[in-house]
Amino acid sequence: MTEAALKPAKVAGRPPGGFLERLADNDRWLVRAMLAPAILYIVLLVGFPFLLSLWYSLTNVTVASPTMEFVGLENFRRIIESGTFWLSLWNTVVITVVSQFLVIVLAHVLAMALVADFRGKWLVRLLILLPWVAPISLGSIGWLWIFDSIYSIINWTARALGLFDPTFWPIWLGQPELAKASIIIVNVWRITPLATIIILAGLTSIPQDIHDAAAVDGAGFWRHQLQITAPLIMPITLVALLFGIIFTFTDMIVVFVLTRGGPYDTTQVIASWAYFTGIQGGDLAGGAAISLFLFPVLVAVAVMFLWFAKRAEVT
Amino acid sequence: MTPGGAKLRRAGARAGHAAILVFFVTFLAFPFYWMLITTFKTTQDLQNTEHNPYLFHDPPTLHHLAVLFQDTQFLQWLVNTGLVGIAVVVITLLLAVPAGYALARMTGPWGQTLGVAIFLTYLVPPTILFIPFSRIIAMLGLQDSLWSLVLVYPSFTVPFCTWLLMGFFKAIPRDLEDAAMIDGLSRFGAFVKVVMPISTAGLLTAIIFAFTLVTQEFVYGVTFITSSSSYTVSVGVPTFLVRGDVYFWGSMMGACLIASVPIAIIYNFFVDRFVAGFTVGAVK
Amino acid sequence: MATVEARRLTKVFDEVRAVDGIDLLARESEFLVLLGPSGCGKTTLMRMIAGLETPTSGDVVIDGRVVTDLPPRARNIAMVFQSYALYPHLTVEKNISFPLRAVGMPKEEIRKKVDWAARMFGIERFLDRKPRQLSGGERQRVALARAVVREPVVFLLDEPLSNLDAKLRNSARDELKQFQRQLGTTTIYVTHDQAEAMGLGDRIAVLDRGKVCQIGTPQEIYDHPSDTFVATFIGSPPMNLVDEGETMLGFRPEAFLPKEVEPDGGREVFRFRITRIEYLGADRLVYGVIEGRTPEAHVISKIPTNIRTEIAAGETYDFAVRHVDMKRFDARSGRVLDGDAR
Repeated sequence: MTEAALKPAKVAGRPPGGFLERLADNDRWLVRAMLAPAILYIVLLVGFPFLLSLWYSLTNVTVASPTMEFVGLENFRRIIESGTFWLSLWNTVVITVVSQFLVIVLAHVLAMALVADFRGKWLVRLLILLPWVAPISLGSIGWLWIFDSIYSIINWTARALGLFDPTFWPIWLGQPELAKASIIIVNVWRITPLATIIILAGLTSIPQDIHDAAAVDGAGFWRHQLQITAPLIMPITLVALLFGIIFTFTDMIVVFVLTRGGPYDTTQVIASWAYFTGIQGGDLAGGAAISLFLFPVLVAVAVMFLWFAKRAEVT
Repeated sequence: MTPGGAKLRRAGARAGHAAILVFFVTFLAFPFYWMLITTFKTTQDLQNTEHNPYLFHDPPTLHHLAVLFQDTQFLQWLVNTGLVGIAVVVITLLLAVPAGYALARMTGPWGQTLGVAIFLTYLVPPTILFIPFSRIIAMLGLQDSLWSLVLVYPSFTVPFCTWLLMGFFKAIPRDLEDAAMIDGLSRFGAFVKVVMPISTAGLLTAIIFAFTLVTQEFVYGVTFITSSSSYTVSVGVPTFLVRGDVYFWGSMMGACLIASVPIAIIYNFFVDRFVAGFTVGAVK
Repeated sequence: MATVEARRLTKVFDEVRAVDGIDLLARESEFLVLLGPSGCGKTTLMRMIAGLETPTSGDVVIDGRVVTDLPPRARNIAMVFQSYALYPHLTVEKNISFPLRAVGMPKEEIRKKVDWAARMFGIERFLDRKPRQLSGGERQRVALARAVVREPVVFLLDEPLSNLDAKLRNSARDELKQFQRQLGTTTIYVTHDQAEAMGLGDRIAVLDRGKVCQIGTPQEIYDHPSDTFVATFIGSPPMNLVDEGETMLGFRPEAFLPKEVEPDGGREVFRFRITRIEYLGADRLVYGVIEGRTPEAHVISKIPTNIRTEIAAGETYDFAVRHVDMKRFDARSGRVLDGDAR
């Protein structure tokens, strides 16, 4: 074969088109352009107000005043000296810990019951999701009616079944301890569906082979659950728990609807107390300072999520 | 173990399984069932403590629903919620779709980390931001206007939907876009003409989820809006349907049902995709 | 060491008979291979023997005991899965000792057994690692060690070699057969790879669509296939089948050679027009058409490299098959017709 003389090739020029056309092809800058609006929005509408909240907590701003002065840690001092604050902090912690413990246990059981296919599963899933999908305020109103001091269906049914003495008629939302229990119940009620479907996703991701191997290897029911299944869904359970903690710790709606924080502020939580102080009371600075106590938990949860996502990447 | 024993165990397991489901369905769905009954019971029936509350002493009535729709601004609130929902969904899609795609196609370690970081802003609760927001909204003159909600709601819909769509776009093979680019499209053109048309499921999921978040929101709604005609359903029902000490239970329960169940039915179709978003990539 | 028997075992899924009344007996210490294409029911059959699947009807008998209603752990069997199914959150040591801990064996004994099993497969140095830190071949050994450690009476192996790369597969095959001989445990092995089956099995059961087509030693199945399915499934390239109206004529590629190679007599000669030759190193695969037949008879000849007869594509030659190497099958049922073709 003879070698043909190689003509010098024409150097390819830049693809035609204006700025936009070239941007459409330039991967690096296109990515930034497509990402920018969302990030800008988030920074402006999440980052900026957050910084503002920090600033407010250090000033004496109120709803009415057009101006504000820097007052240092004065607001925090006031809060720490207020009994209601400590009570609301305590309430928030107790309600969150107790409700999320119950949620994880219940969600585990329900998720295991939902792994298998059965007739009517779609309908069951719909019914189970209702508490989570329904607007929180509306679901809480439903419970307000269920806990009513005169017409409580719980009381009526328990009395009819003989579980309650004829003289025993708990006023669910009227007594501090019972009211707290009611708030816990409603939080468990609304978070369990979310935790359940998350844990269910974890359960279905375990390959069937592992279960078969454990069956062949001789694991009985409890050994199987505790030594094989539970450890394998530990990461996803943690995710469900973190979500539950965030949504309960920072919530004001359930308390607002059920008790307004009463009786006499005994069921206030941080978020509701911030609302009543800042918006209803007009003391924006105080409200901001109170709400900032939600932040440490938020950070802790965020850190765990990030660590978690890193780990998921590595394995 | 005897052969008969095995069959007995299986039957026992099935019964136990059913019992667990009954317990949970009762606990979780009962309040809605109770809402349903209350909506259609006459007020005398509701208030008479002698009657068995599970039974209809008087025949079911549409009275409460009539009151709800005729004597309250419920319909207006539904409309408000719908309008805000649509506007927020549009804004969310405009911001989250390109961002989700960019994150999905970003090479290098930044993509995943940035995605998680954006997702985390979804977890910043309204109860931290609502106080500074109340003043910002007042300063912008949007106090008491639905536009305040349209402005602020994307602050939580965009982070989650970006994350959701990122996961979704990641699952679409790059080969399709590569083939399109060889055929003459730019990368952006490939995105618009090849990726978007096959992404309807993911887009639908983001739309439904964003809309659900809008209907559920309460904190900003109760903070920014004070006049009853501008309420969304989530805020209007608890604040307005309680006049003094009189609770219009029948109408309230009807309102709760109407505002909850249809969304839940639609949501149920998309659960698996939501879960993919919530599991933060922990479950492959 | 025990016998394993399937008695009229049937499994129906949604109107599909995955396993259709199978009778099978695996003898003591035998290495029995269940061979068949995907969907033939071999895995379902094995899972029923293991107790992971309940039969629709029929019985499983292990060591003379009817175990059909017993859960897997009561059958004294061990299983190695295609994916190995190692517990990802446990160390190798904990993986291997899991079945022993499940029956409450004392710690000292557990340690001894784990060491013995680990040494058998050369994985002592991995005992503290997690499965994800091991290679495919190493994981497979861990799975085998876990199966061996309980000293069960039956091993069930579900395509354990298919996830290894080709090079590793041959040496793994050799080691597997050796360790089975050493332990003498009855073994049932599922695979779709006919070469693997031929290499490993004492006997092979060929399955198709839920039924056993034939069961026999590799030689029996290869030399005397019971029907066209077995004839074409075993052997690579598959047996040539030539349509002769009511019957099909079958002969293996290596039996179809240039006329010069075989001595005269007791053979049939064909005019063979060559379309393509593949040079594979150890053999030449010759693709072509037997002339004078309708429909066209496409056949393959496999000429070992030591037969250096020169042939070229496009030319026609005389090729021959000895009568003893020819089989005739009924064209409709596919079953072999009694007596070799004369």
